[in-house]
Amino acid sequence: MTIKMSSRVAQALTATGAALTLASPFLAWTWTAAYPGNLTLNGYPGGSQVVTLVTGLLATMFAAAAFGVPGVRRLAPAGAVRALRAASLAALTTTWVTVAAIAITLGGAVNVEPGGWLAAVAVLLLATGAHALADDTAESPPKGVRLPWAVEVALITVVFLAAMFVLTYGITTDSAEDFLAFLPAAGFGARALSVAGVTRRISEINARHRVAVAALASALVFPFTQTGDQYTAIADNILVFAAVALGLNIVVGLVGLLDLGYVAFLGTGAYSAALVSGSTFSTFHIAPWPFWATALLGMGVSLLAGLIIGAPTLRLHGDYLAIVTLGFGEIFRITVNNLDGTSGPSLTNGPNGINAIPDIELFGFDFGAPHTILGVSFGRFANYYLLLLAVIAVIVFVYARAGDSRVGRAWIALREDEKAATAMGIEGFRFKLLAFGLGASLAGLAGTVMAHLQTNAVPDNYKFADTAPPNSAFLLAAVVLGGMGTISGPLVGAALLYLIPAKFEFFNRYQMMLFGLALIVMMRFRPEGLVPDRKHQLEFHDEQVSGAEARQVAAEATV
Amino acid sequence: MSTPPVLEAPGTGTSPLLEARRVTMRFGGLTAVDGVDLTVGRGQIVGLIGPNGAGKTTFFNCLTGLYVPTDGEVRFDGAALPPRPAKVTRAGVARTFQNIRLFANMTVLENVIVGRHTRTTAGLLSAIGRGPRYRREERESHSRAGELLEFVGLGGQGNQLARNLSYGAQRRLEIARALASEPKLLLLDEPTAGMNPQETRETEELVHAVRDQGIAVLVIEHDMRFIMNLCDRVAVLVQGSKLIEGAPGDVQADERVVEAYLGAPDDEPPPLDEGDEAATRDPNQERTA
Repeated sequence: MTIKMSSRVAQALTATGAALTLASPFLAWTWTAAYPGNLTLNGYPGGSQVVTLVTGLLATMFAAAAFGVPGVRRLAPAGAVRALRAASLAALTTTWVTVAAIAITLGGAVNVEPGGWLAAVAVLLLATGAHALADDTAESPPKGVRLPWAVEVALITVVFLAAMFVLTYGITTDSAEDFLAFLPAAGFGARALSVAGVTRRISEINARHRVAVAALASALVFPFTQTGDQYTAIADNILVFAAVALGLNIVVGLVGLLDLGYVAFLGTGAYSAALVSGSTFSTFHIAPWPFWATALLGMGVSLLAGLIIGAPTLRLHGDYLAIVTLGFGEIFRITVNNLDGTSGPSLTNGPNGINAIPDIELFGFDFGAPHTILGVSFGRFANYYLLLLAVIAVIVFVYARAGDSRVGRAWIALREDEKAATAMGIEGFRFKLLAFGLGASLAGLAGTVMAHLQTNAVPDNYKFADTAPPNSAFLLAAVVLGGMGTISGPLVGAALLYLIPAKFEFFNRYQMMLFGLALIVMMRFRPEGLVPDRKHQLEFHDEQVSGAEARQVAAEATV
Repeated sequence: MSTPPVLEAPGTGTSPLLEARRVTMRFGGLTAVDGVDLTVGRGQIVGLIGPNGAGKTTFFNCLTGLYVPTDGEVRFDGAALPPRPAKVTRAGVARTFQNIRLFANMTVLENVIVGRHTRTTAGLLSAIGRGPRYRREERESHSRAGELLEFVGLGGQGNQLARNLSYGAQRRLEIARALASEPKLLLLDEPTAGMNPQETRETEELVHAVRDQGIAVLVIEHDMRFIMNLCDRVAVLVQGSKLIEGAPGDVQADERVVEAYLGAPDDEPPPLDEGDEAATRDPNQERTA
């Protein structure tokens, strides 16, 4: 969308808008501290004003690049105007959401102080100006230069810390209003960086370094920024969800098998851990197993379950496989519901589940007790956060290495064309079963931690669809939404799909409907997911990425 | 239908490389392939021609284990060939498809490396462990795949997605992928379908180069000039049965072949070249088995 206007006026509008946007967070937007985040102070931005300020800074940066300010231009190698537009939309949406929320939650537009009105007008000017500027997207963005090793590593560290900061801000928003203002800002902000070519440049640099180490290191920073357990608990749940989504991504993303009952393997792991945890509700009254043994048991039992379910079902294709796995997922839940001693053998304590699971103790380290590391007190949830990071690291390691090997190539070949893969000598059933078993055992590993983290294992945690993750529908959605066949995709998808229902509890009645709508919109406009596999992007947006090549193929095919 | 004499494969001493005996494939009441005998000697190029729907592709599928023949036996290199695609590929038979079947969203190089599946052994655990043996195997696969891409004329295009290659290049990539499994026999299913004359000539040269490496070729083709230039022997399949087998020139001159392609002649048989064109007119038309 563009607006017709002389370029002089457009530049003036953009500059004025940007300046006013930067100034407005320093004014009071409302008169009462009843609105979350305290927006009443002059001279000091608070709450959602910070988001407006940050998006305003981003827009100012891209505006400077678009105006050709020396040095800044390099920050938008692929073109600054489209990036400026996205950044201005980030400022516009977040500011208007906040102003509207003030008016609605406090009961009328009179509650908006002049500062708020100024902000609303400023972002509108900025967005209008940005959309009136002429597009300067580079046909072929210049290749990035290699920087000295230390500079590149420092750059990666800064990028990851910034990403972690944004994520932390999202996790720690303490009101739905703040989160609602954060979400579009983050979305449009990410889009701005992407169309500016910054994301691409960063991934080029990332490809030359051990980026997983940097990601892990910046994730380690999170518990140091937290004083209480409130948000660390949310982060823990996100990590459990993400770990399982990553495991599912092997089955769905690499091999292309639609598994709708995957949460059963998480449950298998959780119940295995619960049974040997020494809980008084467990059927086995034994001393608690050490966690490493529990983890192996959970993985083993889940692997076995995966093989038992996979052996008959993996001979089916497409929709049939989806239906049968959906059935097996429900069978798991109903079975553990009935193994209560009356409906069936006594094993799982039926619908009440196995409660009071004690905390993990690993090599003398009690995960339930607070520990002091580098002068920072680590509570129970921070301890589990560290353990879950280790679990994710294991899963990412396995995923990355398996995916880029003879086995991974066979999986992808089966996904792409099973008949051709068979003709190449790939035994389809064997490799599908291998993927199914690997995915199941990784979910089982996550399950063992989850049982201890939540201190219980109850059947209702492992449904097909529910309003809160993890359940099979949300797991699949996290993979598809984030980006199939990638590592960061399911992590992003899991974080979003956990945070959105958790922050918008008042949407509870409409949650499933909104969830469905979001998926439809997503499939229409970005079927490759938020973090697309480079190859998938080519698949879905052929006309943009390689129009010339596609035309060539078409022309030659008609000869 | 009379059984044509099986010609002794020229230039081979002992047993032929591929020996199909009375291969029959029935789908319910339909007999798609009816008692076909065919031998391919070492280092030979044998052509398989016939009108649309004659059962040529079905016969290929019987050889490669995609179909289990209802009756008959396939022997390869002196041993019975089990009807399992993985075992067939491992034994040394590779194929291409009539409608290109590449792994569209893998890179060109990855496509060829997948072709080496049966010649490599790394499992899941060694992929995770990445010991020296694994790395050596990967290195070998990469360099061998690179050589094969050079061989078929796709050098330097290894990092593209297969789907972005031109049509002719996709056909060559399919051949490279098949060669990656280190076959003794290569089955080509209409390698020049949809190609222009220039690309057809290039494919011809490529098939010659493949044979020069000691790999026998069995090729289904409609382009009669291609068959005449390349093949040591030609077999004609009509309605599931083998009509005739022999040297290309003899087959081309045979009245029954002309009749099979064009119907019974009115007074004088037309020159066969026109007949070829009639048969080649719509090579992409799907054959029902």
